[in-house]
Amino acid sequence: MTAGVDTTQTHDGPAAPADPARQSIVRSLLRTPRGLLTVGFLVVLFVASLLAPVVAPHDPLHQELKHALEGPSGQYWLGTDGLGRDVLSRLLYGGRSSLLGVLEGVVAHVIVAVPLGIAAGYLGGWTDRIITRVVDIVMSVPTIVILLALLTMFDRNISAAMITLGALSAAGTTRMIRAAALSVRGELFVSAAELLGLSRPQILFRHILPRCRGVIIVQVSLFAAVALGIQTGLTYLSLGPPPPAPTWGGMVADAASSVSNDPWLLVPAGGLIGITVLCFGILGDTVRDITAQSSTASAGLRAPRRRPEPATGAPEEGALLSVRELSVTFRTPSGDRDVLTSVSFDVQPGETLGLVGESGSGKTVTARAVLGLLENNGAVAHGSARFDGVDLLALPRKRWAALRGKRIALISQEPMVALDPSFTVGAQLREVVRAHDHSGRAEAHERVLELLRLVELPDPEEIVKQYPFQISGGMAQRVAIALALAGRPDLLVADEPTTALDVTVQAEILDLLRRLQQETGMAIVLVTHDWGVVADSCSRVAVMYAGQVVERADVEDVFRHPSHPYTRALMATSPEHAERGRPIAAIAGQVPAPGTWPTGCRFAARCPLMTEACRREPVAMVDLGEGRDSRCLMATSILEGTSA
Amino acid sequence: MLRVIGHRLLVSIPLLFIVTFAVFGLESLIPGNAAQTILGENATPAAVAQLNTQMGLNDPFFERYAHWVGHAVTGNFGSSVISGAPVWTSVVTRLGVTMSLLIPSLVLAAVAGVVLGMASAVRGGWLARLIDVVSLLGFALPSFWVGLILVSIFAVKLGVLPATGYTPLGTSPSEWIASITLPVVALSLYGITAIAKQTRDSASEVLDSDYIRFLRANGVPERSVLLKHVLRNSSIPVATSLGLISIGALGGTVFIENVFVLPGLGSLATQATLDHDIPVILGVALCFTLAVIAINLVIDLIYGLLNPKVRVS
Ligand code: SF4
Repeated sequence: MTAGVDTTQTHDGPAAPADPARQSIVRSLLRTPRGLLTVGFLVVLFVASLLAPVVAPHDPLHQELKHALEGPSGQYWLGTDGLGRDVLSRLLYGGRSSLLGVLEGVVAHVIVAVPLGIAAGYLGGWTDRIITRVVDIVMSVPTIVILLALLTMFDRNISAAMITLGALSAAGTTRMIRAAALSVRGELFVSAAELLGLSRPQILFRHILPRCRGVIIVQVSLFAAVALGIQTGLTYLSLGPPPPAPTWGGMVADAASSVSNDPWLLVPAGGLIGITVLCFGILGDTVRDITAQSSTASAGLRAPRRRPEPATGAPEEGALLSVRELSVTFRTPSGDRDVLTSVSFDVQPGETLGLVGESGSGKTVTARAVLGLLENNGAVAHGSARFDGVDLLALPRKRWAALRGKRIALISQEPMVALDPSFTVGAQLREVVRAHDHSGRAEAHERVLELLRLVELPDPEEIVKQYPFQISGGMAQRVAIALALAGRPDLLVADEPTTALDVTVQAEILDLLRRLQQETGMAIVLVTHDWGVVADSCSRVAVMYAGQVVERADVEDVFRHPSHPYTRALMATSPEHAERGRPIAAIAGQVPAPGTWPTGCRFAARCPLMTEACRREPVAMVDLGEGRDSRCLMATSILEGTSA
Repeated sequence: MLRVIGHRLLVSIPLLFIVTFAVFGLESLIPGNAAQTILGENATPAAVAQLNTQMGLNDPFFERYAHWVGHAVTGNFGSSVISGAPVWTSVVTRLGVTMSLLIPSLVLAAVAGVVLGMASAVRGGWLARLIDVVSLLGFALPSFWVGLILVSIFAVKLGVLPATGYTPLGTSPSEWIASITLPVVALSLYGITAIAKQTRDSASEVLDSDYIRFLRANGVPERSVLLKHVLRNSSIPVATSLGLISIGALGGTVFIENVFVLPGLGSLATQATLDHDIPVILGVALCFTLAVIAINLVIDLIYGLLNPKVRVS
């Protein structure tokens, strides 16, 4: 491995300007326990093999027949082989040829892959096309048989075999480097550097190469692992240095011949090969984790599932859904992080509640929590969500799942990715219909057509045969709505249902939802950041900011007299706020990310009315009467000021 | 679909030429005299001269290659310089052994890998960690060594399976199974773990996708979510990775056949290498390349069946 790092480092001139991604790979590698352990082992192994004449306790060729096939002892730490030779000493000497072979392979690998990959990615055009073609073909070459052919001609020349291996398997690495170089090339700073008149080599060495370093190290260590496996395999087949010269593969072959009376002999040689290959492999994985962004790191994390502490607040009279004090925590690599704190709102049967906020405010998480579909690393820590009198959050998962689709349904933001691309529209609709109605095939088919007519899709018979990628976004959203309606739900959660569509289609979808609501009497929770949508479709609004509800009111009241500075700012930046299709205009600053929330009011940093008191302690919801609340110390005076 | 197959066949022709040309080219790079290398140091000058004429080694390189290709397309691959047996016959008789090793290994790797990967993506927890550890071992331990360990346990210690040798399927199906069990396990270990890892990664991604959330939210039963939607969609990238894994396993047969003394192409190639038997190694190289082309074609077809985007367009 050290070999891999060294070979790539030689390309970096000392004059290269500092790039944050550059120096840190090796250093951050050594900071992880895995990295330190594997690098440490490999360095020790390299040094010990190099110094084998000094550190080996015995002559690797010296036979002591009366000590043949002895187990580990003080004299022979790893025992002796069938001819009474010291296993440890033979391993150390054998390491020289194995590691040299790996090194030769790695050098050839780098020499072929790095220039080709960078040329293909950076130059593009014909160079790229030709290199990509050749790489495609070479990837399919059965390498082993080429190596055998080589060894047929060049007797026992393992070096030639390893160099050939390195060059042939460079195809895959070339492809990876090409992709990396291509992405760097597209980035702004390269074009800026080009404008400044840097020469091509300067751009290559200062900008492209350093950014490809992570990929190169990863690929080279993975190749080193493969190369060692093949080197030992070839020596196992006695195609390497002739006996009695010690080789790792040869030692496995020797052990095999005495496997019936002493299976122990298989352990040291095989174990050392295994550990060394493993170190190369882990090294590659670790560097990949370091260079990849942390987004994948939380993929394996799971938040513990426990029953959340129930909320104490009473539900609103007659509410279909009553969410109280909902708090959600996500497990991240840097610890648990609150993303929702004490969110409360109510939805009456048949009404539409708008859940409004900028991205990052927590509205989608709220919707998912109510459906019981948080990501694996998220969990509800506190609160209740009473639906028709039953607290969903306290239900066993099975019973909650049984309510989905039948009582509460979902349509989501991106209709083009909301449907399974591997099944036809009809197959998916039929599956959902049959799950709800327990009906036969023919009956289900009729119901599917009926649903498609309900969402005003022309030619349902044709649409059922299409795959999701064959229909338009607007059609896909209609199909999604049909699917959500299949179980005749009482509550539809619509998570930004029109954001991804063009303006005319948006209007049609909103009209459709309104019509369906009138016909079926279902309630809708409409998650959106578009005030036009709110004005058009909602009767009540809950405005969210940084994981909290900051204002709750009837839609007319919010538009006429917003009672929270955040809502007011949103209104002010959006004068024609009733215009559809217009997202919330920017307010200076950003929604603070989870984990960076201040103790006091979370809007304080962006608030024009902020006073010292606002920063001191968490701000509670202020009841303003007439079904209005606001999470602001100044709420009453704001309301008086604006209504005066 | 037809376009996919057409494209595959189109890139396969250069592949065949590259491999055979490379092997042929190596021969002309031999320092000194090829016939001398083949016959060894002690060969008489007369024998060397005779072999030179027999193999046409005195002719110019391109002429010889063209000559070989001309014969090869008619099914004549020359004969072994050691045994004199026609190369085509020995390759064909041994192909069956290698395939009865390779095909079950790939099937086992695909099935076990997908099951383990799915389980680990869905369950997480200790199962995922166990699979992590096992995949590291599968990655790290050389297959020939794993083969030897299996022999020492199941053949030497327990005596339940034969250590070496091959029984053709036609002779006795049960003995055939016994004779390939250990080799197949040893050969598939790497594939199982590689596919398990790939499946886990792609299944985790699919599990986190919008459409899975959407289907779950609207009442598709969990069983169907996992066994139909997640499985189907995560198997598409797995099918892609199967190509390289299969080519790797094909190379692995060389080592495994030697460990278990199976009379397949791999042991033929090894023997030919030790004997400097150039016509045989050329024949094996060609046969391996054809096998790779066949594998790639099958995988293209599987990919097309799994991915409607290929089928429909
Ligand atoms: S509490 Fe203070 S900082 Fe927060 S919104 Fe009200 S006035 Fe602004």
